Amino acid sequence: MNNNVGLQRTDIVEIDPTFLFRWEEPQRAYVLLYPEGLVKLNSTAGEILAVVAQTVAVGDLLDNFIAKYNNPDIEDDILTFLEASNERGWVRIKR
Amino acid sequence: MSAAGSESSVNAPVKVDGEGLPLWLLLELTYRCPLKCPWCNNPLDFDRYRNELTTEEWVDVLRQGRELGALQLGFSGGEPMQRRDLEELVGEATRLGYYTNLITSGMGLNEQRLASLQRAGLKQVQLSLQACDAELDDRLVGADAYAHKIAAARAIKARGFPMVLNVPVSRYNIEQAPALLALAEELGIEYVEFANLQYYNWALLNRSDLLPTREQLTAAEAVVAETRARLGRRMTIYFVITDYYADRPKACMKGWGNIHLTIAPDGAALPCQEARVIEGLKFPNVRDHDLGWIWRESPVFQKFRGESWMQEPCRSCPERGHDYGGCRCQAFLLNGDAASTDPVCGKSPHHHLIEEAVAAAMVGRSQKRLIMRQRGLNVA
Repeated sequence: MNNNVGLQRTDIVEIDPTFLFRWEEPQRAYVLLYPEGLVKLNSTAGEILAVVAQTVAVGDLLDNFIAKYNNPDIEDDILTFLEASNERGWVRIKR
Repeated sequence: MSAAGSESSVNAPVKVDGEGLPLWLLLELTYRCPLKCPWCNNPLDFDRYRNELTTEEWVDVLRQGRELGALQLGFSGGEPMQRRDLEELVGEATRLGYYTNLITSGMGLNEQRLASLQRAGLKQVQLSLQACDAELDDRLVGADAYAHKIAAARAIKARGFPMVLNVPVSRYNIEQAPALLALAEELGIEYVEFANLQYYNWALLNRSDLLPTREQLTAAEAVVAETRARLGRRMTIYFVITDYYADRPKACMKGWGNIHLTIAPDGAALPCQEARVIEGLKFPNVRDHDLGWIWRESPVFQKFRGESWMQEPCRSCPERGHDYGGCRCQAFLLNGDAASTDPVCGKSPHHHLIEEAVAAAMVGRSQKRLIMRQRGLNVA
């Protein structure tokens, strides 16, 4: 696992409950809604957060995407994105 | 997931530009309010508007707004708690899929109504507070409000709502920034917004008495920076200095008719809350037209959309795509021409009006009494 990333494979992650995450048809994209703000996610980011929204272990999420795309190289990118999402407060570790 | 291999792509989620959709819908349910704030952004003749939309008419606006792609919904006013059907409207908005924001002074927001609003699916509350002590707070709003506001803040947090504490900033309260931030921290508030006043309507009447000094702003900015560093993610603090001290205009509403749509109490559709100050515009009304036509085709929403309306120096300015020429209302109020460059801009031939207003405010500090929001004001 990438040493620069604070998340561990055993961490259970979820969307912070103060954010609303969902598919928005007029935008044809996943969106995150929060007080006075919204973010439209690109397809990749949206696909990852859609899995996080199910509440999931980081390791399981990584394994599933690696298997789905048959590409072990995407692990670091996904972790970097999850960590950035955690920093922004979109995603939190479930305790 | 071809893009997953590209960090720049996966880690650069798209910021919403609206793509021509009215993502932000603001419903000014009423101009009625128990407070008398001397910076109120409601029209000076607010008491002349007595034909508020009915519950059914607001529900129809909500439905049409979602069809147009609106996502963020603000219930504002006046004081939206004055509407007894607020809970019903929030419930309908929730069913339609909006992110619902209540923008309130806290007056009338008791525990019972808060519980009903939560059941109706309300997502967040923005509460305004003017000061950390009852004496100043009540004086600034012209009513016994402080105790209600603090009780409302505690009730909002006890129910777990995310909350924005909105502090309208003037020379009277800006030096309370440290105490206000400490109070917000104690209450567990996630977002604090130091809202520098926009000088239209009542605030413009009182401009020379409300405008903070540059020194006050600099000191408050330092406190904000220190608090941000200390609290990190626990609190998000918005602090934007008043545009009177800026060299470039704000990107007002992210452009006219671009992402924002306000519906006034009487059903008038406005590209921004203040747009009624621009004389000569006939605002389309949801009682007469469907929202799709209003947004896409009505002359008012087309008038300052895009760049074709721009004059020099905006027309050839490399920054026009960034700030859209600033605020149309401010251009009208100060220059007398809504299509001119916002006088806040250092490139505007009218920029001296801003410099003069600042100078006059500093000379005439507290020489006159604040004009509180009131009925029947004879402005002339």
